[in-house]
Amino acid sequence: MSNPMLEVRNLRTEFGSEAGRVTVINDVSFSLERGKILGLVGESGSGKSVTGFSIMGLIDPPGEVTGGEILFNGQDLRQLPEHQMRSLRGNRIAMIFQDPAMTLNPVLRIDTQMIETILAHETVSKSVARDRARDALGMVGIPSPEERLHAYPHQFSGGMRQRVAIAIALLHSPDLLIADEPTTALDVTIQAQILAVVQRLARERGTGLIWITHDLSVVAGLADHVAVMYAGRIVEYGDVGTVINRPRHPYTNGLIGSLPSNNQRGTRLRQIAGSTPAIAQLPQGCAFHPRCTQASDACLIMPPQTEYDGRRLRCFHPVTNGKAT
Amino acid sequence: MTPRVEIRHVTKRFNRKSGLVERLAERAGLKTPNPVVHALDDVSLSVNNGEVVGIVGESGCGKSTLGRVVAGIIEPSEGDVLYHGKTWQDMSPQQAGHARLAVQMIFQDPSSSLNPRHRVDEIVGAAALRHDKTTRPDLQAYVAEQMRRAGLDPVMSRRFPHQFSGGQRQRIGIARALAVQPDMLICDESVASLDVSIQAQILNLFLDLRRELNLTYMFISHDLAVVEHISDRVAVMYLGRIVEEAAVADLFAHPAHPYTRALLQEIPRLDTTRRQYSAISGEIPSPLAPPSGCHFHPRCPFAMPRCAIERPKLREIGSAHRAACHLND
Repeated sequence: MSNPMLEVRNLRTEFGSEAGRVTVINDVSFSLERGKILGLVGESGSGKSVTGFSIMGLIDPPGEVTGGEILFNGQDLRQLPEHQMRSLRGNRIAMIFQDPAMTLNPVLRIDTQMIETILAHETVSKSVARDRARDALGMVGIPSPEERLHAYPHQFSGGMRQRVAIAIALLHSPDLLIADEPTTALDVTIQAQILAVVQRLARERGTGLIWITHDLSVVAGLADHVAVMYAGRIVEYGDVGTVINRPRHPYTNGLIGSLPSNNQRGTRLRQIAGSTPAIAQLPQGCAFHPRCTQASDACLIMPPQTEYDGRRLRCFHPVTNGKAT
Repeated sequence: MTPRVEIRHVTKRFNRKSGLVERLAERAGLKTPNPVVHALDDVSLSVNNGEVVGIVGESGCGKSTLGRVVAGIIEPSEGDVLYHGKTWQDMSPQQAGHARLAVQMIFQDPSSSLNPRHRVDEIVGAAALRHDKTTRPDLQAYVAEQMRRAGLDPVMSRRFPHQFSGGQRQRIGIARALAVQPDMLICDESVASLDVSIQAQILNLFLDLRRELNLTYMFISHDLAVVEHISDRVAVMYLGRIVEEAAVADLFAHPAHPYTRALLQEIPRLDTTRRQYSAISGEIPSPLAPPSGCHFHPRCPFAMPRCAIERPKLREIGSAHRAACHLND
């Protein structure tokens, strides 16, 4: 097997705050091959977005990536000087956000923004760039792309704006696309359209995709692999079918069990007790143990990540057959 | 039996009033009149005592407007809303006051619906005191009871909203609504902004309260899985109209309207890993200029010439199952 396109090893990102240094992501490792989709799932504050920003090299002070390696095509992005990182960003690695307004400049026409993006990394004539921009819009399913090039961002609907953002991210056919909750604000039918687009892109162009979301159901339908994050760490990581159909971490198991579709209509949902801990005051050991039904004294020590039943797991008391041991 | 709430042919239009200069310009033909949004277009629906009616639909379908009309926050442009068989015009001012109080609303965003400068006990207690649901000497105990009912520890009653997590803030909103002793709650996307694990806790709270207090609910959400779980009956809306309505099991097993079918197909499901997405085409049209005839026809795979001309009636197609589609003729 060839080397993976992206390999993240023991990544650690810290933020300085009044209360001292806070470790927001800790010992995060995963890898991604060309044309594959990794779903990075977690609730608010789990560190899933910070993981995305860390790979992009977009952590600003008081935040800092303080440990680990980000191997992109064999090269450690953390060792790259800023000007080299800059030439990769938007070119080989691209990112799309929940709010496409973060990507689009409201006072510039779409064609201006797209041509600028192309010329930032390549020396081609303006008309060539324009044709490429038009093709990119067509590819993400924007009707009559030639005319739409003249439009301003506010003239698009939310779903269309997200498509434009995706089209811009894809202008240079990046090897890696990081998508941070890109369909969360969209309606169901529009979300399905966007998912159809990215799925096709990954398959046809070999783009590796990291899909950051809180929605396990979206990941189930879209991704090849899934990493579940809790309080800054990956607690369960493996093939999507393996993890979703046979969750072994009590947190993953609890999340899946609490979805309405997994409960009998009208009955009380199985719920995870308590709420997500503040990242500055994490419980000792496994951060999930105060909410976990299976916790024991052993959980006061952070469980190491181990191979277990075809996935990587961070738990002393894995769930078996839907019931925790 | 008289329904708890009966919505009869309610239409709600929103338009910006033209100023004097604009009106003159319109009259001189120099300016087109301000556009009118048809947020609700001839909507009829009833909610029985103790029932949970789910309202689903995508952005701009009018589901929130419908909730606000029923809660009495906005007035319908046409049509009537009957509470226990009476409109507000039929009631004495005092009766109308009680009727309004009996319908309470839970909003989507608990941080923007709670006053950040008020402590929890003020937020929860103010309306109850104003409406004589309790007295000043009993207030503290009364607030504590409402907080406990909503799953909050009363020791936190002197805190401010920002000192709570999102899920707890939603509980404050629920405690505030319960404090005026309503018998009906209108939940407008009340769990949409919560994390999955917290969403389950709040849904359970709604189910518990329903049982304890015999509450009636109108549960508005874009999330089909949530609506399916909590509702007895579901109405599906599209661009201001109800396109289908049925008992929950019936609707999810035998959806009759092409839009409902499309929606059900598009929900991401846990049990279908690595599925192929094949979305229904097209955008949701702007409610400023809805398509003619059936609003769904430009996106509908089964559209016929008739669909562009004639508005399909919402009519009975099975027992307690209504749909608005020409295909059912």
